Amino acid sequence: METIVFSLLNGMIYGLLLFMLSSGLTLIFSMMGILNFAHASFYMLGAYFAYTIMGVTNFWLALFLAPVLAGGVGMLVERWGLRRVHVNGHVAELLFTFGLAYLIDEVVRIIWGRNAVNYKVPEALDFTLFTLYGSNYPAYRIFILFVAVFMLVSLWYLLKRTRIGLIIQAALTHPHMVGHLGHNVPLVFMSVFGAGCALAGLAGVIGGNYFITDPAMAVQMGPIVFVVVVVGGLGSLEGAFLAAMLIGILQTSAVSINASFSDIFGFLGLTASSELGRITVAQLAPTLPFLLLVLVLIARPRGLMGEREV
Amino acid sequence: MTLFAKAAMAAFVGLAAHGVAQADVKVAFIDPLSGPFGPSGTGAYTSYVLAFEHLNANGGMNGEKVELTGYDNKVSPKESLVQLQKAIDSGARFIIQGNGSSVAAAIIDAVNKHNERNPGDEVVFLNYAAVTPAFTNEACSFWHFRFDAHADMKMNAITDWLIKRDDIKKVYLIGQDYVFGKAVAEAAVKQLGEKKESVEIVGNELHPLGKVKDFTPYIQKIQASGADAVITGNWGQDMVLLVKAAGDSGLKIPFLTFYGGSLGAVSTLGDAAIGTLYQVSEGITNLEASDAQYALIEEYKERFPEYDYYYHRAFEAVDMLKAASEKAGSNDPVAIAKALEGLTVEGAYGPVTMRASDHQAQQNLYVSTVAKDVKYTVDNTDKGWKLVENGKIDAAAAEEPTTCEMVRP
Repeated sequence: METIVFSLLNGMIYGLLLFMLSSGLTLIFSMMGILNFAHASFYMLGAYFAYTIMGVTNFWLALFLAPVLAGGVGMLVERWGLRRVHVNGHVAELLFTFGLAYLIDEVVRIIWGRNAVNYKVPEALDFTLFTLYGSNYPAYRIFILFVAVFMLVSLWYLLKRTRIGLIIQAALTHPHMVGHLGHNVPLVFMSVFGAGCALAGLAGVIGGNYFITDPAMAVQMGPIVFVVVVVGGLGSLEGAFLAAMLIGILQTSAVSINASFSDIFGFLGLTASSELGRITVAQLAPTLPFLLLVLVLIARPRGLMGEREV
Repeated sequence: MTLFAKAAMAAFVGLAAHGVAQADVKVAFIDPLSGPFGPSGTGAYTSYVLAFEHLNANGGMNGEKVELTGYDNKVSPKESLVQLQKAIDSGARFIIQGNGSSVAAAIIDAVNKHNERNPGDEVVFLNYAAVTPAFTNEACSFWHFRFDAHADMKMNAITDWLIKRDDIKKVYLIGQDYVFGKAVAEAAVKQLGEKKESVEIVGNELHPLGKVKDFTPYIQKIQASGADAVITGNWGQDMVLLVKAAGDSGLKIPFLTFYGGSLGAVSTLGDAAIGTLYQVSEGITNLEASDAQYALIEEYKERFPEYDYYYHRAFEAVDMLKAASEKAGSNDPVAIAKALEGLTVEGAYGPVTMRASDHQAQQNLYVSTVAKDVKYTVDNTDKGWKLVENGKIDAAAAEEPTTCEMVRP
């Protein structure tokens, strides 16, 4: 019982972090159609900005400023880079953002060093909120939960219930029509890209001290974000949310399963002493999201709640 | 564009010429210098930088200067072989590596092949931290020398300490999922079974190397198992994040580690580290030592304030290299390899002997834990490593038999 409760709780929080990260990519990748390989780099930038800002002022200012800065960098990238590259098609975009990811990686290494920085949870949130089955539950995790849910609700409200959201959605699907109606479509694109990067930055601010802030964090988060977007379905915020939670809970609960391949496939004659039979489900946990990706692409190419095929 | 190309070419040629002209003895350091295990590699690299500087200042190896070059292998065996070839091509005859037994296995294999195919052009591998026992047992090689105690030896120290603690009845094993992590788990199961059958192993877990960002699910498994102590061979980021999750979840049981001294583990745990984090190593800064050793520790901290004097064996390895070159009267790798066999040098924390039969260094081991009010603190905190009661294991007691059948050239 306690294993299930903990798996669900931790999986949910990991899932929410993944969602924060991928909601930005959902905006950019699936709505604007830009293959942004550098998305996780903005996650990293958010964490490093927050670390630096926290060093001078405090965490709460960093929570606000770091995403804004990351979003600002994103807007600059869109205005002076992607917009020019965009006319040359998807391959050019892909190459551009791929290169950008490396560039940001190197810049981060030059400025903040090659090793992890000591970006800590703020003292105001560094306490035990409650004890569950003899295990302490840090308040910061619940804080992550609240930030993520707040972000989800406001994003959903902005996109689906306001006039701005209406124009954004229209501009993404029918840019020429919206342009003829007198709206500044390039500005909308720039803002959406910036907002996507800011969301990644926000995930970095609260994920950076929950996990670890080092120059490898972008490379390690990059693939899984794409998994979330593809599994969730292109263009669907709800899908991304579902997929992120699914992956978070799947990966976390797999860790607590001790069964090995020989236990599961024993009826096929797999023995515990063989190389394959010894592998446990817990060991496989990090590969599960990618297995899910492959299965979804085979069985349901448009993702869980996607509007169109990948 | 052409101007840029020319400039780049000029810079490259200049760099190459610069590299060839300088040193006489070339040493290549192949280890992670970036990424999740970057701190482990860089901590050791800086130790070697200082050790070789001292060596060069004191007349070098038989009067020849040593040039150390770092190669970043990202803990990948494949990448390491590329770097190894690069190092050998640029004239390196001594290879230093330590982080990752998977990497060390690849290098041993490559060095064996290289030496067989290029007589007169041999290279020697100085391993300072890859501690899978096989390298000095069934898979031993004349070209490989290990300066760190191997997993069975360290585990011996840990289990000896553990069986004296009557309050520890259940032990949880957690390690990294590769050859080293498996060796650690195997040694723990075997030795606990032999030494104290009443100690129950309630978990034996392997997690992916350097991939886990949040160890909380693992910690909760440990808590659920009711373990009284955890034994782990984790190092680098895997060590730091493991104890971080334990601290967050309020798991206050002894963590018996090989590499609890990994940069950041003590600062991450804070006061919770006191009495919960243990490590076994070839020396800690807070042991009684000579003034020269204290001066060295302080010089290291001054030069590299981000790190602490931790890789004592790096300094020992360089001392032994120098002693071997003097004994051999030559800097030829084969002569030095032969001279290293059976060589003893007086280290800061006791004598170090390179056992001839398997090329495994024999030295005192020390079990230590985190405490306040110590001479040298770590991680820029107010805490440091302190010897536990009966924590000193003499070299003779730490010695393990070997199955190595050394083939000498």
